[in-house]
Formats: sequence, C-alpha cells, structure tokens
Amino acid sequence: MNASLTDFARLTNGQAVALDRIPVLDLTRLQASIAACVHAGCRVSALFGAVSPQQGNTRLYVVLADDEQNLLLAAAADAVGDAYPSLTPQCAQVHLFEREIAEQFGVRPEGHPWLKPVRYRRSWTGRDVWQRPAGEAILPAVGDFYRVEGEQVHEVAVGPVHAGVIEPGHFRFQCHGEQVFHLEIALGYQHRGIEEMLLGGPDARTIHLAETLSGDATVAHATAYCQVSEALAGRAASARGQALRGIALELERMATHIGDLGALAGDVGYLPTASFCGRIRGDVLNMTALLCGSRFGRGLVRPGGVGFDVDAERLAELGRRLDACEKDARVAIELLWKTPSVMARFEEVGTVPRAVAVELGLVGPAARAAGLERDIRRDQPCGIFCFSQIPLATYESGDVFARAYVRWLEIQYAIAFIRDQLHALPGGAARLPVGVFAPDQFAVALTEGLRGEVCHVAITDAQGRFARYKVMDPSFHNWAGLAYALRDQEISDFPICNKSFNLSYCGHDL
Amino acid sequence: MLDTLIHIAVLLVVPPLLPGVIAKTKAWFAGRDGPPLLQPYYDIAKCLRRGWVVSETTTWIFLAGPIITLAATLLAGLMVPLGRADAPIAFTGDLILFAYLFGLARFFTTSAALDTGSAFEGMGAAREVTFACLSEPALFFAFLVLAKISGAFSLTPMLHAPAAAFSAGIAAPLILILIGLFIVLLAETCRIPVDDPNTHLELTMIHEAMVLDHSGPLFGIILYAAAMKMLVLGTLVLQVLVPFLPGREVLRGPLFLVLLVALAGVIGVVESVMARLKMRHVPYLLVGALLFCGFGFILLIR
Repeated sequence: MNASLTDFARLTNGQAVALDRIPVLDLTRLQASIAACVHAGCRVSALFGAVSPQQGNTRLYVVLADDEQNLLLAAAADAVGDAYPSLTPQCAQVHLFEREIAEQFGVRPEGHPWLKPVRYRRSWTGRDVWQRPAGEAILPAVGDFYRVEGEQVHEVAVGPVHAGVIEPGHFRFQCHGEQVFHLEIALGYQHRGIEEMLLGGPDARTIHLAETLSGDATVAHATAYCQVSEALAGRAASARGQALRGIALELERMATHIGDLGALAGDVGYLPTASFCGRIRGDVLNMTALLCGSRFGRGLVRPGGVGFDVDAERLAELGRRLDACEKDARVAIELLWKTPSVMARFEEVGTVPRAVAVELGLVGPAARAAGLERDIRRDQPCGIFCFSQIPLATYESGDVFARAYVRWLEIQYAIAFIRDQLHALPGGAARLPVGVFAPDQFAVALTEGLRGEVCHVAITDAQGRFARYKVMDPSFHNWAGLAYALRDQEISDFPICNKSFNLSYCGHDL
Repeated sequence: MLDTLIHIAVLLVVPPLLPGVIAKTKAWFAGRDGPPLLQPYYDIAKCLRRGWVVSETTTWIFLAGPIITLAATLLAGLMVPLGRADAPIAFTGDLILFAYLFGLARFFTTSAALDTGSAFEGMGAAREVTFACLSEPALFFAFLVLAKISGAFSLTPMLHAPAAAFSAGIAAPLILILIGLFIVLLAETCRIPVDDPNTHLELTMIHEAMVLDHSGPLFGIILYAAAMKMLVLGTLVLQVLVPFLPGREVLRGPLFLVLLVALAGVIGVVESVMARLKMRHVPYLLVGALLFCGFGFILLIR
C-alpha cells in the first residue's frame, strides 16, 4: 500500500494543485498502483482521458478516494497510440471508465471483458475503437447484447420509451420464465455533450450547464462546480454561503428521498404512502423555492457563496415548514415499515452483497445500504460539513428494504441538520468575489449528492481556462449495481429494484 | 318478462359504475378528490369514438379476443340471478357453461395477446393462465357447496338457496366459500393484491399486459367487459353474503344494487390498505382460496 501511495499526489476535497505536481507515471506502474490501492480499500472516483502533450497519446488521469485517510490521490499516465492493456480484469470498478475512455478518445483497453460504447457517440479524436463507418449515424443501444442461449430462455426488451414519465434507457433481460438470469442496461439517449461544452470555460453558461448535469441534483452538481471554481481561483466561499449550500443540499436530498419512498410504495401498489409522499416531496421542493425562487435550487449556488441571501423572516418560515414536513413524512413513511404486505415486497429483493458493492465501487445510499461506510460528507468533508457533521446512515442487508430504510434515516438526519443550521446561520456576506482562475491547475471537488458522490475534476490551460472538465455523476458508478441486483430475481420485481436505486440517466449520459 | 328486461338493463348499464366507485374510494383514502364517479363511462365512450391501430403481425384472433370476451361475459351474466329474480337463462348444468364461458374468454384474450408477438403480452398471458388454473377449481368447489345446499345444478336455485334455506348448519361452509369467492373475485378482476390495474409498469402487469396493443374501440370493449365481469362475479359473492346481513329479504330486491356498490367500495378499501403480492406468492393466495372453498365442501358433506 505505502509503496503505491507514494505514486500519487495527495489532495483534499476542494483543493487545486499545479498540474505539474500530478505525477505522470508509466501506464503499467499506474495501473498496478491503482489495483493495489483499490485492493487496500480506496475507490476510483474518476478515471478519464485528456489530450496528452505528446502527439497521438492519451493522458489518463485517475482520482482515487482514500476514505480512511480523508485524502484524494491523483496521478496520470500516457496511453500510447490507440491501445493499452485493460485494468478491468484486475479491478472491476474501472470497467465503465475504460469504456468511456475508449469511446471518447478511441483507445482500446486490450482484454476488457465487455468493451461496448457507453453513450454511442463519435470519439473526440477521430479514432474509433469499433471501426464504425464515418458516414453513418450511431444509434444508442444498437449492437450486440449479452445473450443466454437455451430453448426456454427468452429475452425481454424494455425501453427506451417507457410507460411512465421517466428518462429514456434500454433494458435487456435474459429470462427463464419469471426469473432473470441477466440484465444489461444500455444508455446514451440523454447525451448532450456537456463536457465538450464546458471546455474553454468558464463563461456565462458554465454555471447553468453545471446546474443541469442532473436536474434533481442541481445543488450537488452546482456545489461541486463552485468548489472547483473557488479552488482554482484560490478563494473561499463565504461562511454564510456554505451553510446555505448545505441547507439546500440536504433539502434536495430530502425531496428526492421522500419522492423515492413514495414511488417505491406506488410500485407495489401501496396507495397511502405513494399519495402522501408525492405531496410532501412538493412541500420540500417549495422550501428550496423559498430560498431561491426555484423548486430545484436553480440560481442558488454560485461561485463564492450563494446567489440569494435569506432574511430572518424566511428562516423562521423555513423552520415552521420543516416541522410540519417532518410530522407528515414520519406518518407517511413509517406506514411502510408497519405494513406487512409492503415489507414482504421489499425484504430480500434485489440484494447487493457487501463484497459486490465494494468490487463494483458503489456509492451513496446503494453502498451504505450494503453496509459500506461511505459518505463524502464524513469522509472527504468540504464546506459546511467540515464544521457540522451529519451522522452516517447504513444498513446491512443490501436489499430494496435497506436502500429504502437508509433513505428514511437520511431524511431524518437531514431534517436535524437543517434545523441546526437554521439556528446557527453565520452572518456576513452571502457571496464573496471569486476572481479569475490560476493557469495550469488540477482541481478536484466532491459532494455527497442524493445518489452519492458527485465528483468534478477540472484542469486549466495556460490562460486559466478549462482544458478538461470531468464530471462523474454517482449514477455512473451505480448502474452496474442495479444490473447486478436483478440477478436471479423475478422480472416483476425490476421496477422496485430500479426505484430503490433511482439512478440518473442524464447524469450518466452527460 | 319484466324481470328479464330489468336484468339485461342492469347488466348492460351498471358495470362501469363499479370501477368508478373503486377509484373514488381509493382517492378518498389518498386524500384526493379523484375522478368523477362516472369516469369509466366517459372513458369507454371516448375509446369507442377513437380510431385504432392494429399491428400488421396480428391475425383475426387479435380482433376476436375482446369481442368474444364481451360476448362470453354477457352470456355468463344472463345466468346469474341479480337480486331475488330468476336469471333469464337457467337450465340444469348451466354452472359448467358459466365457468367455461370465462374460460373461453380467457382463451381468446391470451391468444390475442400471444398473437401480437410482444414479450410483455406473452408474459401477461403466461401469468394469466397460470393463476387461472388455481382460481377455477376454487370456483368449482364453491359451486359444489351451493349445489349441495340447494340440491340443484343450476345457478339460479343454487344462488337463491343460501338466503332461502339459511340455517345454522350451512353458515360455516358459506362463510368459507364467501372468503374463497372474494379472493377469486379479486384475482379474476385483476385487483390488488393479485394485480394492479393502475400500474404503468409493464413488467409487473398480468391482465393489463395482455391488452397493451389493443386501442380505441377494442380497448373500450375490454374495459367494458372487465367491468361486467366484476359485476357478475361480485353478484356471486353477494348472493352468498346476503344471508348474513340483517334484513336479507329486503336486500335481495333493488337494494341489491346498493350492495354491489358497497362491494366495490370494499374492494377499493382492500386496494387502499395493502400492497400487491410478489408475483411468486400469488399462487399461495389462490391455493388459499381453493382450500377455503374445499374445506367448505368437506364441512358440508361430513
């Protein structure tokens, strides 16, 4: 562990270092170090390609999270030409990262067990790993899927057009009667090219792009972007702004978690919780609107602090609404745990064992429900969470119930946290000036969004503009967890498994 | 003659009211106003006015499915006595025809589903026939109990017997088949805890999955036939229930309609207070219904 630790530059969350302080290793050495660190308990937070100073090469950057040491480890290496040996066989959690690099830069990870496009787009370099003809459009989810052969095996394809109002994604089940042998998920329909659009920034659009990376996680992504900006500019956000960001982040978590629990109840046909949670989620969104005028927190988080200050009257109103919301949510949600027919549906369904969660590198409630103590707010604290801790919510069983129950715990902790902040909101300016970015920097910021770790990495060029901006939505880590959770389950349980993860399609597709 | 006309009128006009009552009950539980009571009528009327899209891979079976289902349900509806009057069609052994009219409807519904070649519809059809295998014998055991009580093999005397010849000795078997028939009613009319008629999740559907490709008038017919099936099977349940209610003679008159509405309300309450069963556990419930009806029969002949 120690030998490989020294290969990395050490950063803390929300810190920028000069780009030349990121060690550029030999690729084999970097891969060995990643494998060793992951084996020793680190996670791969980001692994992405960028243009290398050497013509024709692709520079691979990695950010590992060492949660025990509260450190982030960063290093780089050049992949020469258009292929390099894949790390996936030794370190399963990089499987999707390598596919993404292959798609964006046209470099093939040799020996990758399932090398398919991630978003079905052309590469940025003109090279193509799959040798697709240049003139033809690339359609999402078109291509080979993993198939189980056999007389009684049948294939069920769901999506991209769904019966509900949800995002598009394609799910391919290999089934034997009602039993699912394998699920493969193909996404890419929501790709907007945000990473390309962010290049050369920041400009007037940048913060808005960050806010719309994943609509219901506006505050989480905007906070990560602002932390990156503040690190690059060498300034800190105002104390009042940081506290308000924390309040908004927890409101966002509450709103989505309450909505998720209601949706889970709806999927098993349990009416009371489904109906009430839908309404309570609206109440929480309206609390966010009280802060900034937008139910999804648009316009609230801004570099240097927050775009809207609050007065004492609105703080008092927020406290009153929070009390009412807590009462309603408790009644509606605890009904779930008290209803045997609901518990029969939730328990021992869609189980992701702890070992698998570790291997896949799951994050957020999905990881905590499998017993992993992973929470950026505790492990890599930044902003208000450096000063005000929030308890960690975990459960052991890793099933749908665990993911639901962890959400309920987090809702309660969020309410307590917000109440504390409302009583002790720092004074001073809501927003401080940030200034221009330093040139040739490497900055990382992580936020614990409602689905888990949101990771933004920025590299600036000689003019202090974004030469590369990498966004990792927690969904990118967790989609594989959903596919795993369906193994040997009944196909009719897919909806509750899916809702219990509630992953973002556009956060994955960017 | 007048009885026959009234019977036909009730059979044709009342059914869509029942899903309306269920929806209203559920809305009340959820703290909503809910759709108007008569919404199912509007829905069916809307469907009948619409155009339709028929997949090119389908054959005449696809069209025959809803039409034969409606015809079979209508005919079965003419064999059960609504209230105190005799059913328009009654002959010895009509209970066999009654049960297999639903079997015929199911055969064509599932065939029409398979006809589309869709994975969802195939899954729905497989589930439907699997569960029907278990609800059908439960129904027959209930019929055996009623036949034994009445000494007849025709639905009209059989269903009038519980109220007419009520005695302490037949109370226990009647209660047992009442429970069994109520479960069969929930299963056959696709209600929670067996199926969820309101879900949009294709992978969890049973009956809804089979009719995903039907649109316009065909779908309107399906909705209408499903409501009628609820009325017919609900009548079976009520005829067994009536002897346990105060004022049973009065209740079998026009007040029978009020009872039907109340039964729909009860279904709405069931749907509001519990979740659906896991698909794998649905057979347990239906076997339970079979056991209730079976024990009812054993209790009667011991």
